[in-house]
Amino acid sequence: MSKIYKNQIFIPMTALLILLLFNLIADPSFFKITMGLNSAGNPVLSGYLMTVLDNGSELAILAIGMTLVTAASGGQDISVGAAIAIAGSTLLRVLCGTNTRPDTLRTPIFVAFLISCLVAMAFGAFNGVLVAIFKIQPMVATLILYTAGRSIAAWINNNELPIISDPKFSYYGGFIPGIPIPTPVFIAAAMVILITLVLKFTNLGLYTQAVGINESSSRLNGLNPVFIKWLTFVILGLCVAVAALIKVSRLSSINYSVIAKDIEMDAILAVALGGNALSGGKFNMAASVIGAFVIQLLTTTLFKFNVPSDALPAYKAVVVIMLVVFSAPVVRDRMSVLFKKLSAESRKEAA
Amino acid sequence: MSKLSQKFKNMTDTSLLLTITILVFFLMYIGAIVFQGKGFLKPQTFFNILNENAALIILSCGMSTVMIAGGIDISVGGVTALISMCCAVYLDFKGGNVLVSMLIAIGIGLAYGLVQGFLVAYLDIQPFIVSLAGMFFARGMTTIVNTNPFNVQNESFVALKNTRIIVPGLGSVNKKGIYVDAYVEIGVIIALLVVLIMFCILRWTKLGRSFYAVGGNKQSALMLGINVKRTKFMSHIICSLLAGIGGYVYFLHVGSGAATHAQGAEMNAIASSIIGGTMLTGGVGNIIGTFFGVLSLRTIQNIVASAGLDQAWWTGITIAAMLCLFLVIQSVVMARKKMSVKK
Repeated sequence: MSKIYKNQIFIPMTALLILLLFNLIADPSFFKITMGLNSAGNPVLSGYLMTVLDNGSELAILAIGMTLVTAASGGQDISVGAAIAIAGSTLLRVLCGTNTRPDTLRTPIFVAFLISCLVAMAFGAFNGVLVAIFKIQPMVATLILYTAGRSIAAWINNNELPIISDPKFSYYGGFIPGIPIPTPVFIAAAMVILITLVLKFTNLGLYTQAVGINESSSRLNGLNPVFIKWLTFVILGLCVAVAALIKVSRLSSINYSVIAKDIEMDAILAVALGGNALSGGKFNMAASVIGAFVIQLLTTTLFKFNVPSDALPAYKAVVVIMLVVFSAPVVRDRMSVLFKKLSAESRKEAA
Repeated sequence: MSKLSQKFKNMTDTSLLLTITILVFFLMYIGAIVFQGKGFLKPQTFFNILNENAALIILSCGMSTVMIAGGIDISVGGVTALISMCCAVYLDFKGGNVLVSMLIAIGIGLAYGLVQGFLVAYLDIQPFIVSLAGMFFARGMTTIVNTNPFNVQNESFVALKNTRIIVPGLGSVNKKGIYVDAYVEIGVIIALLVVLIMFCILRWTKLGRSFYAVGGNKQSALMLGINVKRTKFMSHIICSLLAGIGGYVYFLHVGSGAATHAQGAEMNAIASSIIGGTMLTGGVGNIIGTFFGVLSLRTIQNIVASAGLDQAWWTGITIAAMLCLFLVIQSVVMARKKMSVKK
C-alpha cells in the first residue's frame, strides 16, 4: 500500500479517478461516446471524453517540454502561450505569404512547419540563453517573451488574420477523412513515444535531473549545466511549435490575443499535478502527461456545468492552491505525524 | 577619473543600480525633448505621465518590497481588476458611499496578503505559483462578480474622480492662447505619499532592514535572530495592501469596472521594479529607483507613440526589450562584482 502511495503517478491518477467519479455521479452521460458525421461528412467519434482527449493533446505536448525545463532549471517557462502565437503566425506567414486569403498554399505544409519549428526553437534558445548564461530566474526571463510574444506574432503577419481554405491544413487539428479519432491525439501520442524513446536511449533524463538537483556538483561530475539548461528550453520550443500547428489548424486561422491564452498556467499545473517538484530535480514524464489530461478533464467538466470561460480561472486557481498546499513539504510532514499518532492510538485501543 | 571609478567600485549594489536607472531616465527624457519636439518640455506632459501611472507607482512599490524580501507577487493586476469591479458594483448597484468602497478595496488587498503571505511564508510554497493562482482567481472572480464592463455613475464618486489639484506656476498656454493650469489627480498625491512612506520604512525601520536581510541571505538573517517567516509574511501583506490602495487609485482614475482592467499591470510593475534596480534574487533595491523605473517605462512608451510607431505591438516589444536590457545589465553588474570580490 505504501509503495503505491509513494509512486509519483499516484497523485495524478487519484485526481483523475476523483474527477471521473464525480462525473459518473453527477451525470453518467459524460461517458457516452457516439459515432456521428462531422460537417465534412466523415464518420467521427464524439462525446465529452473525446473532447478531453482532443483538447488535452496540446497541453500534453507542452507538458513534456515544461517538465524538462522545470526539472533542469527549477523554474517554469511562462511564455509558451505567447510562443505558440509566434510559431502559429510564422506558419501562416510562410503558407500564405502576403496574400491573406490564398486559394492555394505557397509552400508545402511540412516545409512551413519546419520553419515554424526553427523559429519557435530560436525563441526557446533566447529564453535558454537568458536563463542558462545570464542566470536570470526562468519565470522572469520568460516574462520578456510573455510581454512581447503576442505583439511579435501580430507584427509577423502585419496584424492581418490570414485564413486558409485548403481542407488539408485542417487535418492536423481536426480529423483525417476515414479515421474517426481526432488527429491531435495521434500527434500527442507520437510526441509521447518520441520523448519516451529519447529518455530511454539517451542520458537526457539523467543529466537534466542531475543539473536540477545540484548544479555545481553536476558540473564537477563533468556535465555542462549551461548547455543542458539551454537544451531543455530548445526542446520546449519544439513542443511549442507542434502545439502551435494543432492550434492554428483547428481554426485554419489565428487570433493573436486569444490563441493559447492562459495555456502557460495549465501547462505548469500539469507538471505540478504530475507530482513533480516545481523547484527542479527529479521528474516523471508519464505523470506530467496524465496531469495534462486531468487538467483538460477538469476544464471540460467545468464547461459542462455551464461555467463561463472567463470565470474558469477562478475555479482552476482554487484547485491549484489546494494541490500545492497538500503537496507542500510542511503540510505533508504534519499530516504524516498526525497519521502516525492516529494509528498509534488506534493500535493502543486495539491492544 | 580614477577617483570616479574608485567611487563607482565602492558603491553598494543598491546605489549603483539606482544611479544607472536615474541616469537612464534623465537621458531618455532629454532625448525625448531634443528629438520629439517641445511636447515633452511642457510640465503637463510630465504630470500626465504621473496621472496615468499613479496606480502603477503604488503597485510597483509593493512589488519592490516583496522582491527585496526575495519573493514575487504577480497577482497585483488581477487584484486591481477585482477591486475596481467590486467597488463599481457596490457604488452603483448598492448605492454605497465612497468611504466604504475604500474600505472594501483595502479589505480585499489585506485578505489577499493574509492568504498569500501565509501560503508563502508558513507553508513554504513558491511565491510565483501562489500568486499565479491568486492572479487567475482574481480575474475569474471579477467576471463572476459582474461580466459586463460599466462606468460608475455615483455622484460623490464622480466628484472625487474629477477633483484636480492645481500645481501653481507650471501651467502653459494652449493653442487658443488661453492659459491652462497644470494639474495632478488625487491619486498622484497618494502615490507620492506611498513612495515616501515606503522609502522611510525600508530605510529606517527594523522591519524594512530585515526585508533586505532576508532577501539577501536567508541563512544569515536567521543567524542574526530575524524571524524569517514573519518577515516574508509581512512583505506579502505590504505588497497586497499596496495593491489594494493602488487598485483603488486605478479605479479612481478610470472610473469603471471591467474584467480586462489592469491587464498586464503585474508585468509592468515587475518591469518597473527591475528597471529601478531591484534585484530579482532579493536583497537589493530602492523605492526611489522603482519610482524612476515607472517613469522611464512610461517615457519610453510616450516616445514610441509620438515617434509614429503607434501600432499596439510596439508597446509590448519596447517594454520587453527594455526589461531584457536591464536584466542583462543586472546580471553583468553582479557577475563583475563577484569577480572583483574574488580577486
